[in-house]
Order: sequence, then C-alpha cells, then structure tokens
Amino acid sequence: MTDSSPAETVTVVVNGSPRPAAAGTSLEHFVAALGFSGRPIAVELDGEVVPRPALAARRLAGGERIEIVTFVGGG
Amino acid sequence: MAATDALTTSPDVADAPLVVGGITLTSRLVVGTGKYATYAEMARCLDVSGTDCVTVAVRRERLVNAAGDNILDHLDATRFALLPNTAGCYSADDAVRVARLGRALLRDLGSATSEWVKLEVLGDTKTLLPDPVGTLEATERLVADGFTVLVYTSDDPVVAARLKSLGAASVMPAGSPIGSGQGVLNPNNLRICLEYLKDGDPSYPVIVDAGVGTASDVALAMELGADGVLLNTAIAHARDPIRMAAAMRDACRAGRLAHLAGRIPRRLYATASSPDDGRIVRHG
Repeated sequence: MTDSSPAETVTVVVNGSPRPAAAGTSLEHFVAALGFSGRPIAVELDGEVVPRPALAARRLAGGERIEIVTFVGGG
Repeated sequence: MAATDALTTSPDVADAPLVVGGITLTSRLVVGTGKYATYAEMARCLDVSGTDCVTVAVRRERLVNAAGDNILDHLDATRFALLPNTAGCYSADDAVRVARLGRALLRDLGSATSEWVKLEVLGDTKTLLPDPVGTLEATERLVADGFTVLVYTSDDPVVAARLKSLGAASVMPAGSPIGSGQGVLNPNNLRICLEYLKDGDPSYPVIVDAGVGTASDVALAMELGADGVLLNTAIAHARDPIRMAAAMRDACRAGRLAHLAGRIPRRLYATASSPDDGRIVRHG
C-alpha cells in the first residue's frame, strides 16, 4: 500500500470555485478531467499563463488558483 | 451586381489597404462579436459586413456543459484576424493579465494575429470611458512584452499622441461612449487626433472605436480621415442586424472614398450649378 495508495485529495480554486484534486496530479490531467481536452482554452496558474505544452509538467499541491478561459463574443 | 463589382474594382476608385501591425486588412471595418441573438446571426452579419478583423473577449470557461458551443465553432480563425480585447478590466495589471491569456489562446490556434490585443483599461462602469493613466501604463508594459497593441482611448489628442509614442500599433479614439450610439461627438478632437498621429507618418492607422449608432456615424468618421471604424452594438442590436451590417459596409466605403476624393469647403451662401450665361430670363 505504498506506491498504489490513493493520492491525498487537496483543494484548488478553479474559476473562483473550490474543487478537489489529487495531490501531485498534473495540470494537463486536471484540465482534461474537467472535460476541456481539445477545447480552445488558456490556463492560468496562480496568475501566470501556462502554455499548453507546459501543462503536463506543472503539478498541483493544493491551494492553487487556476483560471480556465476561452473566447466569447465581445466588442 | 456585375456593374457594381466592376465599379468597386475600377482603378479610378483604387485605395491602398489598411495595414495594422504588419497585417493587411481588406476591409476597414472591425466588427465586434458580442450581443448577437445567435452565433448564426453573428456569422451572417460578419459575412455581410465584409470585415476580415473581429474582436473577441476572454472569459472564464463554463465548468459545467464544457462541451457546449464555443464561438470558435462559428468563427473561422483562418479567415478572420482575431483581436482579443481586455474589456471589463479596470487596472493595468488586470488588462495585462487578460491580454496574456488572449495571446495564449491565439497562439494555440496558430493565429496570424497571436500577439494582437485590443487594450481597454476602463475608468468607470457607468460611462466605460478609458482610464488614461492605466491605459498608458498597460500600453507600455504590453509593448515591452512583445504585443501589437491596438489601444482604445478617448478622443484626447494629447493622450493619443502619448500612446503612439509608447509604441501602440494603432490608436483607437472613441467617437462616444461604448454602446451609446451617439456617433462622433467631437469631430474637431478627432481631427486633431488624426493630425497629431499622422504627422510625418501618414500611414499610421487610426481606428475610431466605440459609439457608432448608425451608418452615417461610420461615414463621418471615415470622411474625417480615420483609417477604419470598430463597432459592435450598432449592428448586433439593430432591428435588422444583417441589413445594418450591409449599411455599415457601404458607409465605411462611402466615407473612405469621400475622404480620398476631398470634399468641397462649406460656404454660407449658394453657388449656382447652372451657368448664368445664356439665360433667356433676367433677374435683378
């Protein structure tokens, strides 16, 4: 029960709302689990834009503030 | 239709295209994508307007129903130059942050305008007038970060000139408050903005942004010498948006042609169009 033990669940804030996340999960995996794979989105982690290719390398420890945005109609 | 096409492509009425930040635009209208009843209506209006540059806003993605319609499902990013705005930002910090998110989205799309931003730093929720201090600060920071900054500002010529000197790719003075439909409220300020911004640099693009209510507002801005007009609500909230999109297309072209043609001076008294010589009657 060492390597295979379930990861600790932590809380992150996504678009202003708290959500659970597995500690150590990658930002890429977290975003995909929310259903955003292949969607036109941009991701910000604690105020800093994380380009799509860099999402896999960023791990969540809990407490992060994540923004997931897209384009909408505007003038 | 064929006759109209022949006229609009005649060398007699030839015009150089609008170039902003190294990108050539075939239309001088920039059209917003907000406030349409449906995406289908938006797409039709953009098509009819003839625009090839459209603004979009950056907003939080929905965490439920993430598979729902996205505006990009209705907007061909290879056909339109996408211009993300920083609408809703009331500080330079917020505007820089939103600009960077817009850039990340455009880079993912492989957009030719991935470094473009329509910078808005607003001062007041009631008027949506720009905060000149925050706008100057954000322009400087975004230019330093490699952005091509098209900046919404008031029609103050001094601020406009400062924004250009900070490296804005286009200064975009407001005709009147956003969405107000009041048109160009101070043509004289706009004239001075154009004179200052184009002094020794006649191709510097100046785009009138905001306040358009109807076609004559677009025509006036273009007649005064603006290089383009950016509008949204005037089309989206017209009773018949598609017809208004066509009106805006024609007004933009008419105003541009009139500017290039050079209007006659205004005179207090009449000058007859028919000759005095050869009249069969006498008067006075």
